[in-house]
Amino acid sequence: MIKKVAIVGVGYTNFRSTTPDLSYRELTYEAATKAYEEAGVDPRKDIDSFVSTAEDFFEGYSIADEYCPDQLGAVLKPVNTIAGDFLQSLITAYMMILTGRLNIVAVQAMSKASNMTTLGELELFAFDPVFNRPLAENPHFVAGLEMNRYLHDTKTTREQCAKVVVKNKKNALNNPYAGHGAKITVEDVLNSKIISYPLTHLDISPASDGAVVMVLASEEIAKKLTRKPIWIRGVGWCSDTFSLESRDWGESTSTRLAAEMAYKMADIDNPKKEIDVVELSDIYSYKELQHLEALKFCNKGEAGKMIDNGITEIGGELPVNPSGGSLGVGHLYECSGAQKTLEIVLQLRGEVGKRQVKNANIGLAHSWRGVPTTTSVIAILGN
Amino acid sequence: MNNKKLNFKGTALRSSDIKEKKVLTTSWKPSLQYAWDDGVAIGRYLKELKNGKIIARKCKKCGRIMIPPRMFCELCFRPTDEWVYVKDTGIINTFSISYVHWDARRIKEGEKPFIPAVIEIDGASEGMGILHVLGEVDPEDVKSGMRVKAVWKSPEERIGAITDIKYFKPIIER
Ligand SMILES: [Zn+2]
Repeated sequence: MIKKVAIVGVGYTNFRSTTPDLSYRELTYEAATKAYEEAGVDPRKDIDSFVSTAEDFFEGYSIADEYCPDQLGAVLKPVNTIAGDFLQSLITAYMMILTGRLNIVAVQAMSKASNMTTLGELELFAFDPVFNRPLAENPHFVAGLEMNRYLHDTKTTREQCAKVVVKNKKNALNNPYAGHGAKITVEDVLNSKIISYPLTHLDISPASDGAVVMVLASEEIAKKLTRKPIWIRGVGWCSDTFSLESRDWGESTSTRLAAEMAYKMADIDNPKKEIDVVELSDIYSYKELQHLEALKFCNKGEAGKMIDNGITEIGGELPVNPSGGSLGVGHLYECSGAQKTLEIVLQLRGEVGKRQVKNANIGLAHSWRGVPTTTSVIAILGN
Repeated sequence: MNNKKLNFKGTALRSSDIKEKKVLTTSWKPSLQYAWDDGVAIGRYLKELKNGKIIARKCKKCGRIMIPPRMFCELCFRPTDEWVYVKDTGIINTFSISYVHWDARRIKEGEKPFIPAVIEIDGASEGMGILHVLGEVDPEDVKSGMRVKAVWKSPEERIGAITDIKYFKPIIER
């Protein structure tokens, strides 16, 4: 029987386009202080290990992991850093506790996207230097390629993608931590400037800043620390080929395989029936629909109908991105999965007021690392 | 270094072969730029350097007066409490004498070596220092424990950077 591990405290800043008043250290310190306060732990005495999330090129430091301990209370303590998404760090912390050698582990991610003044160049630097980079233009074109094939394969329409933007930005209006809530229409999305056909400006989530810290604990400790532990029920992660030439452009295969791994572990046979609330990667509008299919909430080509029928609205049968998602909260780079996990934790605890999903007992958090990557990570949480 | 040619098997590749396109190559010059938000602690620190002053932050719990200043004490994990001006003098904790540039080029004949040093600043807690460079001193005279003082750029030259201090020089005891 696998040991139980719970999230016992969360701390977060607001997510905004810029945060000029705080350094990245001060930003994480704010989230960490809140998380430790909520969990009732002293990081200097009680926390056994820390997992931070940092990509050197996003931070603008080489060996950025060395700059993580201070603001987490992790100086002279065991620390390791994942150069990926927060959800990968969460799974690492989870596995540390599963070893039985560690009882309390903190996980962190932070985005200072506003400090990256050449974001396009930085994303282009992720392209293969021999095959792709010499041809490259603004990296959003990769999402344009994928969106086009997805629409072609599934007969999903641009209007249906635009409805995702309208829904998520509307949800964000009821979320104080979200920075990009708005009341807009499908026409606004379709008429906004084309970035890379068929993708328009409003189909793309805006880069944002913010930080999240969570505290994980083993079963016995978790029950002592909180009356509302949020249990990790299943996890999955998967990466496809780097190749822009030979990946499946219509479907998110890595999401499908990560979901199969997580569902098996969480003993979920019918995701749509068994899962109450979903936060999935919507860095681009079509991604929400493509990911709904890969996560088996519907058959291939049916996600468009779900948005048409209001199924993914907060009051619908399967609320998706009630936080506002990346389109409404902002694109947080390696902190993206952290915001998704955060919203699921708050929803399962019943703490989100106007955007609360009723009877939320099982939630799914999903992240994808953005173009040109194919890494998808999933955590299924329950109360 | 020994300039004798070594006879390894294979075809030698020279940088001129790449320049003259005798071999297949691809190149990419990344243009990655960042504009870090200085935040509260570093922002004040830089502003004070521009004024020709060094400022620290005190943690009342552990009592440490810390430079560079920080808004939280990383050992107590609590907010720091107050700003404290410290002196621009101190003691050399450790130093090195570097005869190579950052790209491993040796310094030229007659060129002065670079002397980085960690200087424990008077008024800050023991072990709290500024990493800077030494000047107006012969390399052979530098010693750990030596007392030094900051040599500042003129007010007009200062921009709010650690280089507003040109270097630290020995204090001649009379
Ligand atoms: Zn202290």
